[in-house]
Amino acid sequence: MNKANGANEINGVTRITKAFEGKKALIAYIIGGDPNIETTEELIIALANSGVDIIKIGIPFSDPSAEDLDAQSAHERALKNGCTTDSLFEMIKRVRETVKIPLLFVTYINPVFVYETDRFFDKCVECGIDGIIVPDIPFEEKDELTDVCSKTKVAQISSIALNSNKISERMENIARYAEGFIYCVSGMNIDASDMVSEIKKNSPVPCVVDWGMATTADGFVIGKEIIKLVGQYGRHSVDPVKEFVKEIAEKIK
Amino acid sequence: MSKESMANKLGRFGSFGGQYIPEALMNNLKELENAYLHYKSDPTFQKELELLFQNYAGRPSLLYFAKKMTDNLNGAKIYLKREDLNHTGSHKINNVLGQILLAKKMGKNRVIAETGAGQHGVATATVAALMDMECEVFMGKEDTERQALNVFRMKLLGAKVNPVTAGTMTLKDAVNETLREWVSRMDDTYYVLGSAVGPHPFPIMVRDFQGVISKEIKSQLMELEGKLPDAVVACVGGGSNAIGAFSEFVDDPSAKSVQLIGCEAGGLGSDTPYSAAAMTNGTVGIFHGMKSYFYQDKYGQIKPTHSISAGLDYPGIGPEHAYLSETGRATYVAVTDEEAVEAFFYLSQTEGIIPALESAHAVAHAIKIAPTMNKDQILVVNLSGRGDKDVASIARYKGENLNE
Repeated sequence: MNKANGANEINGVTRITKAFEGKKALIAYIIGGDPNIETTEELIIALANSGVDIIKIGIPFSDPSAEDLDAQSAHERALKNGCTTDSLFEMIKRVRETVKIPLLFVTYINPVFVYETDRFFDKCVECGIDGIIVPDIPFEEKDELTDVCSKTKVAQISSIALNSNKISERMENIARYAEGFIYCVSGMNIDASDMVSEIKKNSPVPCVVDWGMATTADGFVIGKEIIKLVGQYGRHSVDPVKEFVKEIAEKIK
Repeated sequence: MSKESMANKLGRFGSFGGQYIPEALMNNLKELENAYLHYKSDPTFQKELELLFQNYAGRPSLLYFAKKMTDNLNGAKIYLKREDLNHTGSHKINNVLGQILLAKKMGKNRVIAETGAGQHGVATATVAALMDMECEVFMGKEDTERQALNVFRMKLLGAKVNPVTAGTMTLKDAVNETLREWVSRMDDTYYVLGSAVGPHPFPIMVRDFQGVISKEIKSQLMELEGKLPDAVVACVGGGSNAIGAFSEFVDDPSAKSVQLIGCEAGGLGSDTPYSAAAMTNGTVGIFHGMKSYFYQDKYGQIKPTHSISAGLDYPGIGPEHAYLSETGRATYVAVTDEEAVEAFFYLSQTEGIIPALESAHAVAHAIKIAPTMNKDQILVVNLSGRGDKDVASIARYKGENLNE
C-alpha cells in the first residue's frame, strides 16, 4: 500500500484526526438513551449543529463504577427506559445520515465483551462509529481491543490519569501508543496545563481534557454540565443543552 | 509447584482474571502488587502474621469430627473445619489480618472495605481498631437492614458505616462505591477487599491469606486419619473461604484425587431468575476488574441477584474458581435457599452448631453427597462462619417475629 492512499483513506481514525485540524476541538459527552432514545437522537443533531466537533455517546451500564453521581443517574434512567446496545446502534445508523462529525462510544468493557467483541465492532463500522473509549481498560489490558480496533479502524482512545504532578514512565508509554486522541482525566480540581504540555511532547495525537482543566489542551470535553442539564430537563433538554454548548463554542473559537 | 505458576504477571488464571480497572486506579494496584510481592517472601512479615493468627484470631481452628452427622447420614466420615470459631466469627479475619498488616507496612493509616453480610466489615473494623487505623465500611442499604446487628458491631468498633443507595443496594454496589472512594483518596488509604475477586493482585493475595484453612485441614487430617480428604465442600459467593479451603489441594500432585466442590447460592432455584449462582447460571464477562463468570443479561448488564444469605448475594465469582471449573479441577453446584435453611436447622439440632447461612449452603450439599460415599471416605465441610447473625432472618423466614 502506498502512503498517499493510506493518508486519504477515510476511517474512524482519520475522521477524528481531521476534527482537530487548525482548531481546538469541542467534544460533547452524553449518555445514550437518557432519558430516552428519541431525545438522544435529537441531542446528537443539536450538538452537531451547535459547534461541537466530536460527540461521545455513553452506552448505559448497570454498574458505571467510574462515574460521578449525575452520570450514574443518567445510566440508570436510560436502562430503566429500555435503552439497549441494539437500540443505540439503530439510532446511530439513522442519525448518521445527517450528522457528519465523528461519533465515539464510551462504554464499559462488559457490554462489548458480552455482545461479542468482533460483532460489536462490525456493528460500529456499519453504523459509523469512529472511536471507542473504554474506562475499565487500562494500558495493561489494551490488547483486549487492539486487534479488532486496528482491523476495523475504529480508534481506541486511551486515557491518562493525571493523579500526580510528575510525568511518569507509564504516562509516557500511554501517550506514545495513543491513537485518535488522548483523554487526560483527573479526579483533582487542579490546573493541569503544564502536565498536558509535557504529555503533548510524547504524543503523536492531540491531547484532550475536561473543560476548565488545562488551557494547553488540543480539545475540551463538556460532559458533566450536559448530563446535568439532561437530568434536569429530560425530554425538554435539547434547547438548554444547545444554548449552553453554543456559549462554550464561542469561547473556544 | 509454586502458586505463581497459576497466575502470570497480570494475574491471569488461564484467560480469567486480569486488571480491568480505570487508569486512575492503576497506580494504587501497582503499589499494592509491589508491596504484596515483597512482603509475601519476607519472613518477618510472615512470622508477625502467624502470631496474629495464633494469638488474636485463635488459629489453628478446630477440625471437628461430626460423629452424629456422620452416623445419621450413614456414609462418608464428616469433618467440619471450624472457621466459625475464629475471632469475629468467620474466616474473614484471616484475610483482614493479612491485608491490614500489609497496609500498615505500606504506611497507610486509613482502611476502607465493602461488606455484604457484614462479616468482612466487622472483621475489618476489628483489626482496624487493633492496629490503630481509621476505618470506613461501605454496605448496600438493603444489607444494612438485613444485617442491622453487624452494622452496630462495626460502629461499636469505631468504624464509620456508609449505606450505599446506588443500584440494587447490595454487595456489588458496595464494591463500586469502595472503588470510587479509593480513586478519590489513595495516598493514605488502603482498600481491604474481602473476597477472592477484583483486579490482580487481590485474587491471589486473598487466596494466599485464606490458604491457611487448607494448610491446616491437610496437616490436621494427616494427624487424625493419616490421609487426605476425599472431598472438600465450601460455599462460594466471591469465593474466598472456598479458595482458602481448596488452594493447598489444587497444586499438590498427591492431592489430585481430592474432590473440590463449591456451593453457589441457588436462591429460589437456579432455573428461576432469583438466584446468585454465577457459575451455574452465568456467562463469561468482565466486571469488577476481572474476567470471570457473572450473572448478567445478553447485553452484559449485571443482573440483580437473590439469595437468602447476604454474603453470597454477589453476581460474580473469583477468577481462580472460573479457571478451576474450566480445567475441571473443581466443580460447582447450586444450593437453594430452602435447602440451606434446612441444613441450618439440621446442623444446629444434630451437632449443636449454628452455621452461618452462607456455610449452610455447603452443609446442605454435604447432606446430599455424604450418603453416596463409602464409610472409609472423608468429607470435609468448611464451616466458614457462625450463624448468630442470621437467627433473626431465619425467624422471619419461618414467619416468626422476634422482639430483639
